[in-house]
Amino acid sequence: MEIVKIVGLGLVAGTLAILLRQEKPVFATLLSLAAGALILFLVLERVAGIADVLQDLAVRANVDGLYLGIVLKVIGVAFLAEFAGQVLRDAGESSIASKVELGGKIIIVVLAIPIVAAILQTLTSMLG
Amino acid sequence: MLNVDLIFKVAGIGIVVTILYTVLKQAGKEEHSYLVALVGVVVVLMLVVRVVSDLFETVKTVFRL
Repeated sequence: MEIVKIVGLGLVAGTLAILLRQEKPVFATLLSLAAGALILFLVLERVAGIADVLQDLAVRANVDGLYLGIVLKVIGVAFLAEFAGQVLRDAGESSIASKVELGGKIIIVVLAIPIVAAILQTLTSMLG
Repeated sequence: MLNVDLIFKVAGIGIVVTILYTVLKQAGKEEHSYLVALVGVVVVLMLVVRVVSDLFETVKTVFRL
């Protein structure tokens, strides 16, 4: 049933955005921003469930919770960076969009450093 | 279904402001028309910012950022 809400919202917002874009593009951008945020709201409820399931699986497989936390953080950063980047690209500001996505990528690299370090450490311990 | 109302509210304000803008411009009142557009953008921005900040809060809690 969820998909019907998402599709309906998207189509309504899309047509209204087109209507507004001719005269006043600023309202079209704000409308697409609002529609994007609302659709992501609907999606986020499902993602919270997925995150809990992942948490349980990690505990059962006694994987260190730290790594799962990092994975969730990376997904969140990518989620937001992509959201902002697409809205900015729609508004025609592709340079700002690419800067936002660049920032997101750098934050993800910073977040992933502990994992890379752990992998290298386990590798050296195996080989050494 | 709060969310569809927001979409219609934003679109409604946008359409009203566009009409007022063109009407005032035809009537020769350039500066008034621009002020109306500005007020419209501010009102819509207030609405949208609240939704986007709620989204950011939810993302923060879900992904434990």
